[in-house]
Amino acid sequence: MRPFAYHRPETVAAAVAQAGGADVMYLAGGTNLVDLMRLGVLTPATLVDVTRVTSATIEQTPGGGLLVGAGVRNSDLTAHPLVRSRYPLLAEALLAGASGQLRNMATVGGNLLQRTRCSYFQDVTKPCNKRDPGSGCPARTGDHRNLAIIEHSEHCVATHPSDMAVALVALGALVHVEGAAGARQVPMPGLHRLPGDDPSRDTVLVPGELITAVELPALPLAARSLYRKARDRASFSFAAVSVAAALQVEQGVVRDCRIALGSVAHVPWRAGRAEDALRGAPATEQEFARAADIELEQARPLPLNGYKVPLARNLIVRALADLAAVR
Amino acid sequence: MRESWDSRERIAGRAGRVTGQANTSGDAAAPPPVGADLRISVNGAWHALTVDTRESLLDTLRDRLGLTGAKKGCDHGQCGACTVLIDGRRVLSCLTLTVSLDDESVTTVEGLGLPGAPHPLQRAFVEHDALQCGFCTPGQICSAVGVLAEAAEGRPSLVTHRDRAHPGGSAEPVITGALPLDEEEIRERMSGNLCRCGAYPGILAAIAEAARAGEGAR
Ligand SMILES: Cc1cc2nc3c(=O)[nH]c(=O)nc-3n(C[C@H](O)[C@H](O)[C@H](O)COP(=O)(O)OP(=O)(O)OC[C@H]3O[C@@H](n4cnc5c(N)ncnc54)[C@H](O)[C@@H]3O)c2cc1C
Ligand code: SF4
Ligand code: FES
Ligand code: FES
Repeated sequence: MRPFAYHRPETVAAAVAQAGGADVMYLAGGTNLVDLMRLGVLTPATLVDVTRVTSATIEQTPGGGLLVGAGVRNSDLTAHPLVRSRYPLLAEALLAGASGQLRNMATVGGNLLQRTRCSYFQDVTKPCNKRDPGSGCPARTGDHRNLAIIEHSEHCVATHPSDMAVALVALGALVHVEGAAGARQVPMPGLHRLPGDDPSRDTVLVPGELITAVELPALPLAARSLYRKARDRASFSFAAVSVAAALQVEQGVVRDCRIALGSVAHVPWRAGRAEDALRGAPATEQEFARAADIELEQARPLPLNGYKVPLARNLIVRALADLAAVR
Repeated sequence: MRESWDSRERIAGRAGRVTGQANTSGDAAAPPPVGADLRISVNGAWHALTVDTRESLLDTLRDRLGLTGAKKGCDHGQCGACTVLIDGRRVLSCLTLTVSLDDESVTTVEGLGLPGAPHPLQRAFVEHDALQCGFCTPGQICSAVGVLAEAAEGRPSLVTHRDRAHPGGSAEPVITGALPLDEEEIRERMSGNLCRCGAYPGILAAIAEAARAGEGAR
């Protein structure tokens, strides 16, 4: 590991100021960053530990939502009674991720900005456009079994690995950011970007910008929601495909819904086409399947990950059917 | 492997060399290691240390403080063998930078109990023959201590959430308060601790007994 200087500022302003130089990275729970530094994938010269500056509190907003500090540990967010009752899809997405130990360490900010688990990205002896722009994408013709089926590019076929982010995209969360140029708010979806011809950038944040909080909107519909994750083993494994869904049915008709997919694209994927197809439709399995098919028409699976298309379809149908049945 | 050589070199006083891939930092351009002073409590005793900023808590415990209970199974967060408790919460010492622990309190398996006076979970592991080679055991026990405390605090697992706390996403109030630990719960909550020998049946029985006795949590 490359030697690095370590700072632990006490204020957001100091953290942002210290992140101004070259080769500086923020450190939160360290569960992704320390691993990637040990692998030689990331080689910061300075770490700015933000665990004292990002809030670890969860507050109710005047609008009926929740403001979650970026420093809130994943295990604390998932245990919060209001998260469990108002946003079960978020509580379940967090609980479906990583392990008990990792969730005690991982923060909301770090979870959003974790890097892809593409094995070439993690192996510095291999080319990879995301790690080393212009070097190529061996995953396209190599091991892409767990990589993207939607909106990948010839430059990168990676997926975003976060479970939590899928729930946040379904909810339409607002990411609060602070940087040298001031504070701003980035809506989800919209934080993460598609690979296009520059896969080195995972998000729209500029270097040095600090995530300070994530705002969950008031969304009564989310009280009836869930997260389903298909994976190679029953627990402690990244998703093959996952779905976050919320459903509101009135007199047998879908009044409103939210659907997002994980592990299918470079971004946590909001299934907007499926949502549009469902609003106003009868709440039946046939309609759920029709909506899933409309969403997945845009899928362009690679030779080894075609299985993800029917898996995503079945997960969507199952999730919506379960939500519709509970009455 | 690379990391353990790295730590041995540092201890031998040859800290300037950077190991790792040539394209991460060439030896010629390798910046010097950075030291940092901190105070850390381990098993109730305070230590004033000067550490290399790169040092993991796992390496500090094993190579510097002689506490070899926590094991280096993978050094990447994937096995749980390095699990310890920080302020009573289970964490992975391999992904924790010691420099970030100024003024923190760490408990390792050695601090839970000793052969003459074992922790209830240590005793249950022995009684249920919950190990074969024993490499994963300190991590299993520290993790189980964390599990019992989390359940006592009413912290849910994925199976709690799906099956009991919130069936299918209905808007009923969630269950709070201490949660019972059946086999399914223990399996899910302990999934971050792998056992290469497959001693899982004994591990499960030991934790179930400690949970029933309600005495494992601290
Ligand atoms: C074995 C293993 C299994 C896992 N399984 C899963 C899984 O199934 N599902 C899942 O979703 N995740 C999984 N994870 C990933 C885990 O969720 C992430 O590593 C974790 O959420 C990252 O959070 P952190 O606080 O530790 O971030 P760090 O590692 O500290 O930081 C990650 C990145 O975010 C940046 N950063 C951190 N905080 C901020 C901030 N406030 N503002 C700006 N930048 C910031 C850092 O600079 C760094 O680039 C797994 C990890 C491991 C090791
Ligand atoms: S898919 Fe993306 S991350 Fe993986 S090798 Fe290709 S460029 Fe790198
Ligand atoms: S050594 Fe820490 S998880 Fe394997
Ligand atoms: S007892 Fe050998 S690894 Fe668990």
